[in-house]
Amino acid sequence: MMREITYRQALNEALAEELERDPNVFLMGEEVAEYQGAYKVSHGLLQRFGPRRIVDTPISENGFAGLGVGAAMVGLRPIIEFMTFSFSLVAFDQVVNNAPNMFTMSGGQFNIPITFRGPNGPAHQLGATHSHATEPLYANAPGLKICTPATPRDAKGLLKTAVRDNNPVLVLEAELLYSSKGMVEPPDEELLIPLGKAEVKREGNDVSVICYAQTVPLALKVAAQLEEEDISAEIVDLRSIKPLDERAIFDSVAKTHRVVIVEQDRPFCGVGAEVCYRIQKNIFDELDAPIIRVSQEDVPMPYNERLEKAVLPNADKIIAAVKKVCYA
Amino acid sequence: MTAMQPGEQRDEVEMLSLMLLIRRFEERASQQYQAQKIGGFCHLYIGQEAVVTGAVAAVRDDDYIITAYRDHAHALARGTSANACMAELFGKETGCSRGLGGSMHFFDRQHHMYGGHAIVGAHVPLAVGMAFAIKYRGEDRVTLCFFGDGAINQGSFHEALNLAALYKLPIVFICENNLFAMGTSVKRSTSLKQIVDRAEGYDIPGEIVDGMNFREVRDKIAEIVDSIRKEPHPAFLEVRTYRYRGHSMSDPASYRTKQELEKYRLDDPITRLRAQLTREGKLTNEQFDSLDKRAKETVLAAVKFAEKSPEPPLDKLYDYTYANGAAEAGVPDTSKREESAPKDSGATA
Repeated sequence: MMREITYRQALNEALAEELERDPNVFLMGEEVAEYQGAYKVSHGLLQRFGPRRIVDTPISENGFAGLGVGAAMVGLRPIIEFMTFSFSLVAFDQVVNNAPNMFTMSGGQFNIPITFRGPNGPAHQLGATHSHATEPLYANAPGLKICTPATPRDAKGLLKTAVRDNNPVLVLEAELLYSSKGMVEPPDEELLIPLGKAEVKREGNDVSVICYAQTVPLALKVAAQLEEEDISAEIVDLRSIKPLDERAIFDSVAKTHRVVIVEQDRPFCGVGAEVCYRIQKNIFDELDAPIIRVSQEDVPMPYNERLEKAVLPNADKIIAAVKKVCYA
Repeated sequence: MTAMQPGEQRDEVEMLSLMLLIRRFEERASQQYQAQKIGGFCHLYIGQEAVVTGAVAAVRDDDYIITAYRDHAHALARGTSANACMAELFGKETGCSRGLGGSMHFFDRQHHMYGGHAIVGAHVPLAVGMAFAIKYRGEDRVTLCFFGDGAINQGSFHEALNLAALYKLPIVFICENNLFAMGTSVKRSTSLKQIVDRAEGYDIPGEIVDGMNFREVRDKIAEIVDSIRKEPHPAFLEVRTYRYRGHSMSDPASYRTKQELEKYRLDDPITRLRAQLTREGKLTNEQFDSLDKRAKETVLAAVKFAEKSPEPPLDKLYDYTYANGAAEAGVPDTSKREESAPKDSGATA
């Protein structure tokens, strides 16, 4: 029986199940053990698996991210938690230069089966340093895989798949969705969601709204509003940024012929730019209108609440974009 | 080289022979670089041979070794063939990293040589991770992490030392202090009287050893490793050595004097071990000449091997990006995207 749990619980279940399944899996990061997780994602894991496998670190992201890569070189399967992905930037060299390059540089001798996970994307009034949506930074590095779960079910299924993948995978969790609820398979049912598979979260005929992570619930809310105005929006949740599920994107666009991309990152070289490029390159003739992207404004995130709201994608911006592509 | 038994020492004549192989390999690499057969950057180990040779003589074949970008010698010392090393420099498919790594990225899984890392200091956390895995599995291996004096001012180095001390990991941090980080002398880079004092800040025992003396390096590392195998802990060794050549092939090393270089040349590690062995009646001049001749022949054969080896095939360009095979490029072929059995599972080495 499916049951309703939070996004946070879903991640916790995924961690516990993978730790239980494979003795080579360990969880490491700041406050993951004794503090029970800065966001309580690792709650109870220290008590269940002990300090050998649930390992607290000092504030040394570069150090412990690199430690994970080294441990992966000799066969362990580390799960490295960043308290937020904004802090992963001080470990950028390990995540971008060491983890994904090792397999190539060693001529295929050393793959790096590591999972980097933690909250990502703007939260609420945390200011410029703590509000990064890091996905376009990492998506530019070949060798990395990136997923961005938006629901508890996707969070559980994608994290479990990430841990089993033989490559470095970033699980970019949605900070604002940790307490959100959703239906998930029972614990005795293995839930694995493949990387690189998008999901249509709501079917529609008039416009494809392509989104991921924190913009998915926003887009779903907007779709309900648009329905009242007789605009039928199809909500395509990318779920993985890399590999990118072109098939699902193209199928939806071939049906609706109109596209709005709603992304939580910034516009310049953002995820939407890549999606946009691939659509026009491959199925240009299917488009009945130019594609519009709704992203952050291209400024460092201000602390002020009113200004922060102005920077982020919101319902009004999405509705305006949808109406424009629908010439409504 | 075969696996060593506890208490056993590697044959010193064999180790002298290894030092000669390293020296002749590097000389030939220099020549081939100038002939434009080798691309990119190329950092030579000439002058430092006693360091890695002494180290491998002190440990088991299944202990982990990882180093920075001046790495040709570490692979050779571990048992990677001169052929595979030279072919890597030539960018050939028969190279130890299939021609995909180059001079700075030598890897050899079979011989527990974990690279070849070119961002200064960035591999020190990796070494700590390898030591973490040793302790995690309850093994009695040790990780030897080599780096230069230039690495000790990087944040990654400091974070790694702290983690190793905190978790009491079985690792020897071996600083090959050749006095210069590229063109910057230790005096101009480091706010310490001696590098070994860095270890004290992390409560890691540290020692200094003469890196031009094979026996001193070997014996000191053997003593440290013995202690680590009994009870895992990190240790730090400052090995004082000297590189005869510039930082890389493009560096004439004008920042130091001829007199300084000559001083170290007189203390040459190969000459020194040779003299020790000769004095003790373990080596004749004829034997030495024959070892040297063999080293030169091996290296010359390696150049021929590299020259006639094939380039990595263009149609495999995407095969080494993701461990499960071809990466997505353009419109993906979804049939290839199923999670299939990995080529290389990353299983216990």
